[in-house]
Amino acid sequence: MASIEMKNIVKQYGDGFPAVNDVSLDIADGEFMILVGPSGCGKSTLLRMIVGLEDITSGDMVIGGKRVNDLAPRDRNLSMVFQNYALYPHMTVYENIAFPLRLSKTPDDEVRRRVTEAADVLELNEHLERKPANLSGGQRQRVAMGRAIVRQAEAFLFDEPLSNLDAKLRGQMRTEISRLQRRLGITTVYVTHDQTEAMTLGDRVCVLRKGKIQQVASPRELYEQPVNLFVAGFIGSPPMNFLPATLEGDKLRTPFAEITLDEKRLAAVQGRELLLVGIRPEYFEDATLVDEAKRPHGSTFRAPVDVTEWLGDSQYAYIPYEAPDSIRTELRDLAKELDSEELRTQAIVSIDATSRIREGREAEFWLDARKVHVFDPESGENLTRDAEAGARLTQMAVEDREEQVQQAQREGQTISGESGGSPGPSGGAHRAGAA
Amino acid sequence: MRYLFRPPGTEGAGLLALPWHLPLEEWDPALLLEVPQRGISRHVVRFVAEQGQVFALKEIPEPLARHEYALLGEFEEEGLPSVSVLGICVDRPDGQDAVLVTRYLEYSMSYRYLFSRPTHGHSVDALLDTQVELLVRLHLAGVFWGDCSLSNTLFRLDAGTLAAYLVDAETAERHPRLSTGQRHYDVDLARERVGAELLDLRAGDLLPAEVDPIDVADSLPVRYEALWDEVTREEVFTAEEQRYRVIERLQRLNDLGFDVGEVELVTDAEGARLRVETRVAEPGQNRRELFRLTGLEVQENQARRLLNDLRSFRAYLEQRSGTPVAETVAGYRWLAEVYRPVVEAIPSELAGRLEPAEVFHEVLEHRWFLSEREGRDVGTTAATRSYVENVLARTPEEMTTPSIIARRT
Repeated sequence: MASIEMKNIVKQYGDGFPAVNDVSLDIADGEFMILVGPSGCGKSTLLRMIVGLEDITSGDMVIGGKRVNDLAPRDRNLSMVFQNYALYPHMTVYENIAFPLRLSKTPDDEVRRRVTEAADVLELNEHLERKPANLSGGQRQRVAMGRAIVRQAEAFLFDEPLSNLDAKLRGQMRTEISRLQRRLGITTVYVTHDQTEAMTLGDRVCVLRKGKIQQVASPRELYEQPVNLFVAGFIGSPPMNFLPATLEGDKLRTPFAEITLDEKRLAAVQGRELLLVGIRPEYFEDATLVDEAKRPHGSTFRAPVDVTEWLGDSQYAYIPYEAPDSIRTELRDLAKELDSEELRTQAIVSIDATSRIREGREAEFWLDARKVHVFDPESGENLTRDAEAGARLTQMAVEDREEQVQQAQREGQTISGESGGSPGPSGGAHRAGAA
Repeated sequence: MRYLFRPPGTEGAGLLALPWHLPLEEWDPALLLEVPQRGISRHVVRFVAEQGQVFALKEIPEPLARHEYALLGEFEEEGLPSVSVLGICVDRPDGQDAVLVTRYLEYSMSYRYLFSRPTHGHSVDALLDTQVELLVRLHLAGVFWGDCSLSNTLFRLDAGTLAAYLVDAETAERHPRLSTGQRHYDVDLARERVGAELLDLRAGDLLPAEVDPIDVADSLPVRYEALWDEVTREEVFTAEEQRYRVIERLQRLNDLGFDVGEVELVTDAEGARLRVETRVAEPGQNRRELFRLTGLEVQENQARRLLNDLRSFRAYLEQRSGTPVAETVAGYRWLAEVYRPVVEAIPSELAGRLEPAEVFHEVLEHRWFLSEREGRDVGTTAATRSYVENVLARTPEEMTTPSIIARRT
């Protein structure tokens, strides 16, 4: 297993269009890295350059310390998982997993060792002597994973593997892939356009836009400390609310509430006429249900409720608001770029499921002023991002991963591999933050 | 529900009455056609007949169906050897997958069938060469297959040789041109899949003992590289060699089953550099010529064979009458006096086992064989009779093409 380092990678097509534009990204040995972004952001092209399917216009692709720019795909020893779903009906499940080794004339006892180990991890031992016709959908997918495992590749690569599965199997497979990666501690690069998939799977997530990296960080850092409007709008569902705001003294005036900023953030947002405030739905609450201790940390306001959505365990209220034309255009463009539905100028507010707030009436809300971010509408930059707090979040994710991999090793669940050595992470050398 | 199909879609209109709102698995068997030698699919696939034509219906997610529909349509327009797509049905109720409808490739055989009947005399070499030729053709056209395998290919007899057709373009991608990495990767995948498919046949005791799956799989990249080099390499030679080297090269490409679109010859003091642009489409010169003269639609090698027979028939007519005979007249008379009688001699119970043009080719072979044995020309009528009794009657019934089965029921 190996680390993957990309240094100033550029992919330019014949017409001069840079599909990938100066990307530098270090993926630690054993790390689960997600490449995410809307269509056309360059994520698949980047993955294909790792595999060797696309020529690299400039920059260095280094896998396991070795520059691979000019190596054929097969010599890079990477495994595109789920590339081959085919099940062969006359062969046992054992042989369905073993055949890549058969084709490379691996000795029988080595084949047995690797297939048995892979079957242990995948919990397929009881099925090894059966024919694949009797396997369930999930088990079939695990056979495909088994093939990837026995190759002992340097890294696993996934290219939108779940996009054509039905919702149920997709959920199952997500859990399966995550569990497998932890147990094997194998470097993994996973491409998806689905931010939910990105947030639930990755140790770190690399958000791309038009061929450029926006931010590389743990899911929590992306969520809580996004670098810009694009990342803030892309990560999270329902999405972050963006409200137009003007600064008046130490207060931000928005269409329905005043928000008091602390000194540090106040200093950061000075000197701009118009601002955008980003507030996640769950930073709101029905004012009648807010804990008294919390109340002073935010502001209370009244607003008319257009629609409420009760989902049993949660509830959302929709609050329409007015915005200047420049902001409307900005938000419309952002929505288009994110492949999302047009952002209406209404805030989506999460309220307790027991709240009695009803649609068509005015209601009182509270919002947590500590957690809002303020963006420059022109550059999109997050003016109030706390880089240190963000880095701490990503460091926590790195530590979690180390612990999980070590635990898997203690329980003897990892695949030993010929190369030997610990598949453990290389320590928190990979700082998060904007590239 | 929404149906998309390309004109001429008259056959498609007849399919509209089918119960598209139901999952394919729940369709009344009375609507379906049992196709004996179909391949194995990971999706639900069913066959139906409509106005004597047979269609394959495959249930897949809508984005894949749209993708495959678009690609197969392009392939057909460009003359790439692939199955012909009729259309797709999307927006089916209850979030069901889409259905892709392709025209069944009549008289085609799966590799499983070919291997399980080694008597047919098609060597593994021939099969693999055909497969590799298909892959090279696709690569020349900028198509990354992503799943090149024997089971995603159908084979047809073409005057005794095999011709390969792509039947599954689910994973295929179209690029302006393929990078070397893409080609190598596609070949790696093909090697692995072909190897696995042969190992599987062996596990099912369906592979002749002398075939080693690993050796065969390993030979695939070698064959591919050799053919790719033949069709794409740039040659350098001296000015004196120029004339015959160009002819030699073009001849060689034709022999390999490729047509040349354009030849670029750059000369300088050192000699000449020859670059050829190989056509991706299947060669069709003989096919078009035969169609012009007789209206028969057959494959290229069959057409070559039939044209040769037509030409010798014309020479015979001219010799007998002592005057020139127009080629169109010869074409018409050959069709009525030579070709049709052979095809019509096929008894109805043996119809559909081989394509009529392939039967004609085999009758010509048989005639040569009998004549050689008897030391005189036995003639086509006697050869046809003997062929039907001794050869065609032994062709297994499973080979009957679905449209003939459909017409019988």
